Amino acid sequence: MVDEATKRSLAQIPLLKTKAGPRDGELWVTRLKEEYQSLIKYVQNNKESDNDWFRLESNKEGTRWFGKCWYIHELLKYEFDVEFDIPITYPTTAPEIALPELDGKTAKMYRGGKICLTDHFKPLWARNVPKFGIAHAMSLGLGPWLAVEIPDLIQKEIISHKGRADEK
Amino acid sequence: MATIESLQKKIKELEAQLQKERNEKQQINRPKITQMSSEVVDSNPYSRLMALKRMGIVDNYEKIREYTVAVVGVGGVGSVTAEMLTRCGIGKLLLFDYDKVELANMNRLFYQPHQAGMSKVEAAEKTLKEINPDVEFEVYNYNITTMDNFNHFMERIKNGGLKEGEPVNLVLSCVDNFEARMTINTACNELGQNWIESGVSENAVSGHIQFIIPGETSCFACAPPLVVATKTDEKTLKREGVCAASLPTTMAVVAGFLVQNTLKYLLGFGDVTYYLGYNALQDYFPSMTLRPNPQCDDNYCKKQQQAFQIKEATKPKVEKTEEKVEEIVHDDNVWEIQLVSETTEDELREADGQVPNLVEGLKVAYTTPAPTQASNEKTVDSTEKSLDELMKEMQGL
Ligand SMILES: [Zn+2]
Repeated sequence: MVDEATKRSLAQIPLLKTKAGPRDGELWVTRLKEEYQSLIKYVQNNKESDNDWFRLESNKEGTRWFGKCWYIHELLKYEFDVEFDIPITYPTTAPEIALPELDGKTAKMYRGGKICLTDHFKPLWARNVPKFGIAHAMSLGLGPWLAVEIPDLIQKEIISHKGRADEK
Repeated sequence: MATIESLQKKIKELEAQLQKERNEKQQINRPKITQMSSEVVDSNPYSRLMALKRMGIVDNYEKIREYTVAVVGVGGVGSVTAEMLTRCGIGKLLLFDYDKVELANMNRLFYQPHQAGMSKVEAAEKTLKEINPDVEFEVYNYNITTMDNFNHFMERIKNGGLKEGEPVNLVLSCVDNFEARMTINTACNELGQNWIESGVSENAVSGHIQFIIPGETSCFACAPPLVVATKTDEKTLKREGVCAASLPTTMAVVAGFLVQNTLKYLLGFGDVTYYLGYNALQDYFPSMTLRPNPQCDDNYCKKQQQAFQIKEATKPKVEKTEEKVEEIVHDDNVWEIQLVSETTEDELREADGQVPNLVEGLKVAYTTPAPTQASNEKTVDSTEKSLDELMKEMQGL
């Protein structure tokens, strides 16, 4: 189940209109513009509510995304690289968000540092094709994942406050 | 300190040992066999397979050498699948995977600890060539779901047969995620390529295979993923601290189903199964045929359906014996759809979409609502800004 805070912030993210993936030429450009608009609004919302937690950018084709995300725990900032590819089946299937530097450090990941999403994510995504975009995947996927996993990794001393993943 | 003499002696010993190992290895690698023989001698690796002909099970077993199969994903199911096909003497295998062998894979079959760190396709090709040098291989160490690789993947499915330029005979999906399955579905719908989907559940106690003939049977996008119901309460399924479990047993059973169906389809014996589920907890095997969804989300699926209808209409009528075909119908939750865990009652109520008519023991993983008119939904505004401007704006935040 999605918590109330996530639900509220999710409701504020503008929905997308164009059902197009990277193989759809001009339509993909339209979709990509919508992705950026939606992401810009989401980051602005986060800043306004004092909950700024990631930056993303893409290659010019919009097929590969990378950036930073961070999590504040006991006033200390833990920052990680984030990256993902847009699959050719997007937006029918969601992007698989990865935090490569945490690969192998938690069982809540698949190979390559792809985060393991809760069971509600896929049905929720499937019901909202094509309205959900990258901003929604961040909000529903990565946000809750960080909130659960990062405090756990800190507590187990697998990551240190410099935000770098150190070997124990 | 060792003396030079003692070191030289040691080198000689090691060289001799190496030569011995090499000689032994050479003897194991048998030469290629040009023609499958049914002669029962202990040096003939095909005698027991060719016996299927004498027993009247298969008309022409040697034909297996004319076939090409693409195995996508060579993990727990795919590696065993590829090994079975190799031992059966398949003509050619195409293997796709982007993963490396890890020690964490050792609860499954096929790979060995000394292969850790190698790419799975490379390790698999090496082992399989040793088992059967008659099989031809083409292996690709990449992720099929990305733009760059997808086009190449499609091209190899279309042209990678035994004779370059001919399509493969069958694609076997042995991947472990929804994205890759959808990718294979997309490619096969576009190419009109027959394929078999396979899967093992994340709790390792159920699995399935599904034969997809584009236009004729339900494709992977025609309905939400099907789930073999085991009498465990999915809502209480504990996922604390892990993503997925796996058992070599369930994976081997599913690989066995997959290759059995492949052999029956390619060599034309027995009945080819369209959907076969495996509930490992109660040993229940639901089986059915699923027709495609005329409203499928995949446009190529719809095109293939039209093509199939036309082909069927021109065919002379042949009375087929009691083939049970289930149609996708719209219905309101009569199958006691249990949604996956953590789904709220709200989501359940609004998720009143299309559900295929399923046999007992099968359910859909979730349902999707029929498209609704967006009324008060907040969507992105139309913008005059160019993509470049938006990208800069994002970077400037
Ligand atoms: Zn379909």
